[in-house]
Amino acid sequence: MTEVLPADNDRRLALVDLLDRVLAGGVVISGDVVLSIADVDMVVISLRTLISSVGSLLPAAESDFGGDSIR
Amino acid sequence: MSVDGVGIWAYAVMRSDRAEDRTRGLHGVAGEAVRAVVAGDLAAAVGTVGLNEFGQDALRRNLEDLDWLSAKARAHDAVVSGIARSGPVIPVRMATVYFDDERVRHLLTNKRDAFDAALHRVSGRSELGVKAYADPKGLAAQEARAEEPVTGNRSGTAYLLRRRRELTSEEEAYRFAAGEADRIHRTLMRCAVDGKRKPALDKSLSGRAAWTVLNGTYLVDEGLIDLFMETVSALEKTTGRITLEVTGPWPPYSFAGDVEVS
Repeated sequence: MTEVLPADNDRRLALVDLLDRVLAGGVVISGDVVLSIADVDMVVISLRTLISSVGSLLPAAESDFGGDSIR
Repeated sequence: MSVDGVGIWAYAVMRSDRAEDRTRGLHGVAGEAVRAVVAGDLAAAVGTVGLNEFGQDALRRNLEDLDWLSAKARAHDAVVSGIARSGPVIPVRMATVYFDDERVRHLLTNKRDAFDAALHRVSGRSELGVKAYADPKGLAAQEARAEEPVTGNRSGTAYLLRRRRELTSEEEAYRFAAGEADRIHRTLMRCAVDGKRKPALDKSLSGRAAWTVLNGTYLVDEGLIDLFMETVSALEKTTGRITLEVTGPWPPYSFAGDVEVS
């Protein structure tokens, strides 16, 4: 809260927080257009897409999603 | 009403009373008017969408497209949040699509008790996200300074000792930050009905050099949100080099999926 980030960084963070909730949260019920097999993969795939697109903007994008909680 | 080429996108589940009012004026992922499908005392907020864009194959393809994904995620959230403003709501995970309204009614009837319990649980409550960032360099420097002997000994031994401290200080800083994160989470849990620690977002996503030591999300009574925010501010003042960031209030995305609905 005390840190000032560039506006585009803020927006990117907000998007990540949003995706983390709408794709990984919410009640899971089976629809007819089934993505159930891909449920978990889907989130990871989407976030990978996000990382690769964000990664190209950042010099320090070194690690993959889903690894250690820190570092 | 199964029409070739269209599907029913589900946004959320709510009580059926006022469901029409609560969905009126909202527009969904395809720009379509959101409407309520009612079964007994429950209703689902849905929209009719084209399968050319939202069918199985199209979804698989489109979910890989960041621009598409972010636009639809915001649209889905706008509907869920819009409904959340007027009462309890259970968000449905993005990209749940049915063939027709009848299938949605069937689901509401079939899983009525589970949805009812979930609605009770989230009534009058919101979700707040709290992330804690620790700057490893700042923490390490702080620790090293604290251990600096006041005599200012410049001998070789003192140099070697200082060098060893520097090498271990990052590890110590990390351990210190992790301990602080545990303390922050425990304290916030006391102001919340429930809480979860989610996996920390990748460094490349957060765009920060800092460690994300906590990615918590909390279900908070709406009357206690001010207290929760004050607690976050108070914690931040006592944690030194750790920065806290709050997001929300969100609809209860992280606390609606706990109820067994399959």
